[in-house]
Amino acid sequence: MSHYNEMYEHDRVREPYARLREWVDTMPDDFRQMKQAEAEALFRRIGITFAVYGEGGDPDRLIPFDMMPRVFEQAEWRKLERGIKQRARALNAFLRDVYGRAEIVRAGRVPARLVFRNEAYEKSVVGVVPPRGVYSHIIGIDLVRTGKDEFYVLEDNCRTPSGVSYMLENREIMMRMFPQLFRQNRIEPVDQYPELLRRTLESVAPAKCDDRPTCVILTPGHFNSAYYEHSFLANLMGVELVEGQDLFVDGEFVYMRTTQGPQRVDVIYRRIDDPFLDPLCFRPDSMLGVPGLMDVYRSGGVSICSAPGAGVADDKAIYTFVPEMIRFYLGEEPLLNNVQTWTLWKDEDYRHVMANLPDLVVKEVHGSGGYGMLVGPKSTKEEIESFRKKIEADPANYIAQPTLSLSTCPTFVEQGIAPRHVDLRPFCLCGDRIELVPGGLTRVALREGSLVVNSSQGGGVKDTWVLSE
Amino acid sequence: MLSRTASNLFWMGRHLERAETAARLLDVGQRITLLPNTELGYQNEWNSLLQASGTSMIFAEKYGEATQEKIAEFIFFDRENPSSVVSCIEKAREAGRIVRTALTSQVWDALNVAYQELRKIERTPRARIDAASLTDFTTAHTSTVRGAINATQLRNDGWHFMNLGYGLERADATARLLDVKYFVLLPRIEFVGSGLDSYQWQVILRALSAHRAYHWAYGGDITAGRVADFLILNGENPRSLITSLYESVWQLEGIAKRYGDTVPTNARDKAREVLATLQNHDIDMIFDEGLHEFLSWFIREIGTISNLVHQDYLLGSA
Repeated sequence: MSHYNEMYEHDRVREPYARLREWVDTMPDDFRQMKQAEAEALFRRIGITFAVYGEGGDPDRLIPFDMMPRVFEQAEWRKLERGIKQRARALNAFLRDVYGRAEIVRAGRVPARLVFRNEAYEKSVVGVVPPRGVYSHIIGIDLVRTGKDEFYVLEDNCRTPSGVSYMLENREIMMRMFPQLFRQNRIEPVDQYPELLRRTLESVAPAKCDDRPTCVILTPGHFNSAYYEHSFLANLMGVELVEGQDLFVDGEFVYMRTTQGPQRVDVIYRRIDDPFLDPLCFRPDSMLGVPGLMDVYRSGGVSICSAPGAGVADDKAIYTFVPEMIRFYLGEEPLLNNVQTWTLWKDEDYRHVMANLPDLVVKEVHGSGGYGMLVGPKSTKEEIESFRKKIEADPANYIAQPTLSLSTCPTFVEQGIAPRHVDLRPFCLCGDRIELVPGGLTRVALREGSLVVNSSQGGGVKDTWVLSE
Repeated sequence: MLSRTASNLFWMGRHLERAETAARLLDVGQRITLLPNTELGYQNEWNSLLQASGTSMIFAEKYGEATQEKIAEFIFFDRENPSSVVSCIEKAREAGRIVRTALTSQVWDALNVAYQELRKIERTPRARIDAASLTDFTTAHTSTVRGAINATQLRNDGWHFMNLGYGLERADATARLLDVKYFVLLPRIEFVGSGLDSYQWQVILRALSAHRAYHWAYGGDITAGRVADFLILNGENPRSLITSLYESVWQLEGIAKRYGDTVPTNARDKAREVLATLQNHDIDMIFDEGLHEFLSWFIREIGTISNLVHQDYLLGSA
């Protein structure tokens, strides 16, 4: 299979990569090694590390950083931006609908079972409309590219997408190490993101808030693998980073415990999952949440971002209906493609998938992080057969997609640079306005030929550039 | 400020100060093993220093007799020793990590570098580590953190809580060290001029990094009264009880002024009261009262102040 290499067009280096190519070609080997070591030292000093659940090993492991940036031209980016914003609008419209009259289900466009019997569908918030009707305030949309003008959405992340700190830190480190690159190329900045995020959160403060809203980030704590990101964002936004134990409910409001006594909290950007938010409403054994929080939320005393129940929009089974949502709510044609998806609870799809397993990618409907999936072309016969048994046991738990020919980007390897597969996660903010900073997190599969970019499975990250006009 | 944040800053300060105390203890411990083991028993000297940090039991159980290697292992590396340098820096870094948003990047950087370097040293074969470099390592890094705090932190409530941690820990450490050796400082006729007393006082002064400062401050001979005065009542000595407490009161005044009338000030009031008592004592009065009784009273009061800080600020309920 031939893959689209983003640096070339008919064997010629594309304009946006021209200067980078020159930069690489004139770079002495020892300089490169020195810079790679410097980058690693910087990451370690800042303390950006990544712990992988269930893998043991070094809790302070670094995500490998590739110094070769990925570049988008302004025109390419504008198209992506329109598509991403369109999708974000539709996803929020869908959430507003399914927690209200569920017109899309009544119209027969989305099966009721997939919505109302979905684990992520939160009955306790039916009829509760959050401020400005926004349920998901930070949407991470995972994109892959297969050709010059072909982009596909792999999945939507409407709950608490992570990785934005890497987008920001990768840029900081590149600017610090290679200032000349930024002088030569006109690269759109991304460092306004924390400010935009804070404005977004403030814009969805509850109506009961009559002063400047107090926003906080709610973290499960410093043992969480994304804790670095939580504290990083809190710091840049100038808001408190709280744990469940720092908050309590009194009457119709939520307060945090401070050295000067209780202080009211208006907006909670939570980085913990729904089931842990409130032991009185969800899991009674959860120590991470705040007892009584949901009652305050339902009575409009506090905003929770993303809203409880937002996960029903980013389910892999719901994913197949996003183009339908765009048509239904916005009356527009989708600007970004979905990957063709077979849903295994349909007989016809099931037969097709089982007959073509070696060519397909099969994923669990609720899985994430690259776990619980089968990449047919990269698997042995035994692996395929054992996965087949898992599918047979519970077909409704799986979807399948064709193996996409993911684009590659030049990436530093032992000997110079070589193409490696990449994906892209931009972060779309939804409040009173919909905002998208020009850039995102590019993940790269560092192993030759590998298609799995997850940091838990040998993926690395790159700085992502959008060139200005 | 979040109560949990204040609490972590407070304990970050305490653990950094404790790491420094451990490093000085390591220095003294090393020195003790270099001296001839007379009938009076340098082993005892060592033991009494450990008692000051409340860890002599752990050492005796795990290591038995003190040798240079064992002392370095215990005071610097041992994670089972809650007061070892590794334990303290790890806890300080953990506290710092939890409240990163309240630290400047320079402070975090200094703290994190200290921790990363520490892990490097841990992986080095012990035979290749020179003991003096461990003490230097610790004081260099704790000083860098301290310097970063002074140079870059906002003078806000967080700064006060950090420095309050440093101050109370220092007051407590000096008092404990003195208490363990109080009998050495009591003027007793049989020791005078024997050389033993002067040596033991030097150990104490050295353990508090104060042996040179003492000479600058008093000149002349080392006498029990002067050593005690220097370590308890001398306002120039950065580690004396009175200086440590004075600085703690200053931090508490800063917090009280910032927070105004709505927040209780029991800790501040108590600290003021203890400071006034110290200021009204001279060293003869303390000896008359009994040095040990005086020090026990002081250690208790520091504990009370620490508890009141907790009640006033760190619970966060109305």
